[in-house]
Amino acid sequence: MPGITREEVAHLARLSRLELQAEELDHFAEQLDVIIGAVARVSEVAGQDVPPTSHPLPLTNVMRADEVRPSLTPDQALSGAPAAEEQRFRVPQILGED
Amino acid sequence: MSVENLVPYEEALASYDPVMGLEVHVELGTKTKMFCGCSTELGAEPNTQTCPTCLGLPGSLPVVNAIGVESAIKIGLALNCEIAEWCRFARKNYFYPDMPKNFQTSQYDEPIAFNGYLDVQLEDGETFRVEIERAHMEEDTGKSSHVGGATGRIHGATHSLLDYNRAGIPLIEIVTKPIEGAGSRAPEVAKAYVAELRELIKALGVSEARMDKGQMRCDVNLSLRPNGTEKFGTRSETKNVNSLRSVERAARFEIQRHAALLNDGRTVVQETRHFHEDNGTTTSGRIKDNAEDYRYFPEPDLVPIAPSREWVEELRAGLPELPRVRRARLQAEWDLSDKDMQSVLNAGAVEPIQLTIAAGAPADQARKWWMGELARRANETGTDLAEQPITPVQVARVCTLVAEGKLNDKLARQVIEAVLAGEGEPDAVVEQRGLAVVSDDSALGAAVDQAIAENEAIAAKIRDGKVAAVGALVGAVMKATRGQADAARVKDLILERLGVQA
Repeated sequence: MPGITREEVAHLARLSRLELQAEELDHFAEQLDVIIGAVARVSEVAGQDVPPTSHPLPLTNVMRADEVRPSLTPDQALSGAPAAEEQRFRVPQILGED
Repeated sequence: MSVENLVPYEEALASYDPVMGLEVHVELGTKTKMFCGCSTELGAEPNTQTCPTCLGLPGSLPVVNAIGVESAIKIGLALNCEIAEWCRFARKNYFYPDMPKNFQTSQYDEPIAFNGYLDVQLEDGETFRVEIERAHMEEDTGKSSHVGGATGRIHGATHSLLDYNRAGIPLIEIVTKPIEGAGSRAPEVAKAYVAELRELIKALGVSEARMDKGQMRCDVNLSLRPNGTEKFGTRSETKNVNSLRSVERAARFEIQRHAALLNDGRTVVQETRHFHEDNGTTTSGRIKDNAEDYRYFPEPDLVPIAPSREWVEELRAGLPELPRVRRARLQAEWDLSDKDMQSVLNAGAVEPIQLTIAAGAPADQARKWWMGELARRANETGTDLAEQPITPVQVARVCTLVAEGKLNDKLARQVIEAVLAGEGEPDAVVEQRGLAVVSDDSALGAAVDQAIAENEAIAAKIRDGKVAAVGALVGAVMKATRGQADAARVKDLILERLGVQA
């Protein structure tokens, strides 16, 4: 039986730095379990003759020439940043005191 | 920070057997990033080389750089790897602001190259085969600077600033299989492997592989197991070691540190560690996430890479002469014994000597300078020979000045020292310091006359036919002219003055 436990959801939330409340964990665990169950049913239908795919188009080797294209200006690049300093993206403290 | 307990190196090796895994990241020298057309030029102002794709903005789509794929295949072939017939990119998810996408585009279980080897030569000439697990394509991360803490460290910083110019620059990660059986030579093997790999990458022309510029960096995984046992111990991963010397030191330090922990009955923590150039130690970084925590999955925005066998064979046929073959050829051309060639190799002098010869110097002269003065200096300062502040072209120019008789050996040495001290090009140094050999008869005449006058007894011997005694007088003139006289011309002048035929 595929599925996801509440502990696994809590672990995923930690990896994603999401602060979830107890009732949210219950709620998401239940929802994700249903989603994983649905995906698992697709896997049951697919036989040995259906190769796994990560892409719907039968394409390979789509490549570009190594030619420089114009970049954004720093102002454009930083326009969506919640905070900027010295023409750089400013992010909150990464690690606390050691 | 507590001072680490260390066991003396020999003692550690008496009880334990080191096993290493080396992961080397090479930044490719492509003009553009791996998945977008932003420039990779170094030294640009912050965030001037970004676009919606490398910033991970919604709606953007990556397209892989053809030269990036080609370079990966070339590296794989040069490492005697198999090249995948079909492979995909994968997302490596992690929460850290150095990647604005919140994942790194990498390859997971389908690397483009796998199962190879690289033969490396140790300092005594012995060959050690390092097996290659895989070489895969990925992208570099942005550059963080940490504000508000002590000396830019992440610990205690109030916030951090990100420049994403580097985010997306093509990287090839080359991973060895566990390196076993090196015993006490493990640190030396690690250094020799990275050195050989660097030569290989440079020969392929896919990157300058400058470790001092971060274009090539090595993660050293190391564990110890009790001698005579099979099972690997717990490893530590020392990240981003960025010089050959440091690779060796980091491995050595970790052997001593692990041995101390194990001797005390304590366990080695599986973690990343940071190497400190200043004192050769490592300190604890973060506890490493498990691979499953990266939640790898196939990158849906990129289609698979399926290099045709024709393309692979074409690239194989176009591979340049590889370093080992080239070294054998150069040894023959330079007419060196195995032992002499090995010292040249150990000193890291193959490249400088070759470039000096290419710039017009005779082989013996080029070797003399790089293996003499310059190697000594590199040794004293603990730096790589190729990083000395003098170029092969400058050394070649000094050789030419000697060959033209404008400098003698002693003066040449002074010129080399001056160039190293930052006084400019050899010709400028000669000019500014007035170092040229004096061969002008009128300028030398007075010094010659004086030497004869002050050494009448020797002069008399020479007049009587003891021509060999002329050396003493030449020496006197050289001393009087502070080494600047043309010795051959001085000898002629003395003999002429004394009426003796040479």
